Amino acid sequence: MAAALLFIFFSIASSGAMLEVPTIARVLDTAWPYGIIAVAVGLLMISGEFDLSAGVMVGTAGALLGVMATEWGMNLWAAVFLSLLVCLALGLWNGVLVVWTGLPSFVITLGTFFGLRGANVALSKYFTGDALIENIDDAGGYDSLHTIVATVFGTAPSDFRVSLIWWAAFILIATWILWRTKIGNWIFASGGDRDAARAVGVPVNGTKIGLFMLTAGAAWFVGVSSAIRYTSVQAGQGVGQEFFYIIAAVVGGCRMAGGYGSAVGPAIGALIWGIAFVGIPHAGWNSDWRWAFLGVLLLVATLINHVVGERVRTARSG
Amino acid sequence: MSETTDTPGMSDTSDANELNAQSDEAPAPRAEESGAESSEPPVLEVRGLGRRFGSVLALEDVNVSLHAGEVTCVVGDNGAGKSVFIKMLCGLIAPSSGEILLDGDPTEFSSPRQARSQGIVAVYQDLALAPLMSLWRNFFMGAEPVKGWGIFQRFDVAFAKQAMQAELEKLGVDLGDPDRAAHTLSGGERQGLAIARALYYGARVLILDEPTSALGVRQSGAVLRLIRRAAQQGTAVVLVTPKPQHAFWVGDRFLVFQRGRLVEDRKSETLTLESLSYLMAGGTEVEELETAIATA
Repeated sequence: MAAALLFIFFSIASSGAMLEVPTIARVLDTAWPYGIIAVAVGLLMISGEFDLSAGVMVGTAGALLGVMATEWGMNLWAAVFLSLLVCLALGLWNGVLVVWTGLPSFVITLGTFFGLRGANVALSKYFTGDALIENIDDAGGYDSLHTIVATVFGTAPSDFRVSLIWWAAFILIATWILWRTKIGNWIFASGGDRDAARAVGVPVNGTKIGLFMLTAGAAWFVGVSSAIRYTSVQAGQGVGQEFFYIIAAVVGGCRMAGGYGSAVGPAIGALIWGIAFVGIPHAGWNSDWRWAFLGVLLLVATLINHVVGERVRTARSG
Repeated sequence: MSETTDTPGMSDTSDANELNAQSDEAPAPRAEESGAESSEPPVLEVRGLGRRFGSVLALEDVNVSLHAGEVTCVVGDNGAGKSVFIKMLCGLIAPSSGEILLDGDPTEFSSPRQARSQGIVAVYQDLALAPLMSLWRNFFMGAEPVKGWGIFQRFDVAFAKQAMQAELEKLGVDLGDPDRAAHTLSGGERQGLAIARALYYGARVLILDEPTSALGVRQSGAVLRLIRRAAQQGTAVVLVTPKPQHAFWVGDRFLVFQRGRLVEDRKSETLTLESLSYLMAGGTEVEELETAIATA
């Protein structure tokens, strides 16, 4: 609903430009990479954990793919697969470390974040001599992969990417898992009351580790998709975006302390970000205001969730 | 649905047969309870149970048997050993001497989970509920019923709601909308949900640690009625409570602990509320205290 209001607001502010198909295409194209990862980060948040390394892992996935495909002459399919394995291993690392040490995931994944931030660029430079890896489309298997992750429908500027379908599928699957499987119940239970969940036999540790791996997998998908789409990779990409995912999840109604939320919410949060990102310049304002907008949005949304949520809950109890 | 309603009756008869057969083979000598509820063999029995923490003897030589359909109240002063006693029953603390017999067979519980799998369930004051999850999600937490196969396997939501309602109805508990969040429950309702959950998963011995301690009069009444009903369904209930009125109203038997020993094991017929209050207040200890004050 907030997304709809915002859309109407920018439609008026931009005197209708917001309603044109090219603009909508741009909004969606801006939103989907954040949206896919935000859904995973949202599930992780419901289970009571954070992942600050999700953004930089987009860069890791892309850079790995780039190095393997351009320097080592690997088939792109193999490179994509190996890149997935590395990302899942990093997710496993995050999860196992959080579960074993009992430290806040904020700290653990912050460590992973800086570790990868350095490693991404340093290793890219070491292997390719540059932080920018280009000509990924020369590798074998590029065409078939391009079809899967970057097919275009319509002609520019009214073009829609197949990524949107992947995003929608991911939202649907995540929603299904959350509400209609026992794993979903475990996710809610792990974040709702960890000790209670453990006492009745919920595999809390396994659930959390799995969600860290899911988040890493989502980052991998976005990293690999954009590498294939643009045929080049900036090893430093993704840095700073980890907060967008968290903001999208919180704006989408996921409770920061865990135990409450949805999969659709974070996707809508990402959509709001897309609308603002495209709408602010359309309305004729300086695009630097995007950042200020994001900050205000986070505060307002959290406040509304808090107040409305509290009211709804107490009303139901009466 | 039919499964849940049939289970208690079924298990009762089969257990009884099994136990009768067993007691024919080896009748257990129990001095304290000769002539008491002799016909029905105990679900759980402890012999010479004791526990030491370092050089401190927390509990010594306790002999008790718990029977199906009976509410056994455990009373005593702080530090009298009653919490050590129930913790040993539910597998949280291992006894340092003596043995625990389940259906006449010696058993050892290495963890509460293991005790629970054998039907001995403790419901503590901090009830295991996730506050923002719905009642039915909480009810089946960790034991979600599923249908379908492979990747299509899913949480059987309709069954979960219906089975929970059926169990609650059996106990006469009305919690309203099964979709409401658990934190909207009152203290008494939380107890109701926790007890219903324990019984649903086949609790034969239900251990309740001060379930009415944080409740008002009306809610306490509801919880006590619930305890009676659980006993009527064939559960052996162990109730720890510091309140004589509550214990007297609901209890069939009273175990009075004093300084790490079981000093009284009385049936409710042999007691009045006054004599129970006297025992719970420390019994002979009070007399000693009075003489100590008088002579000082």
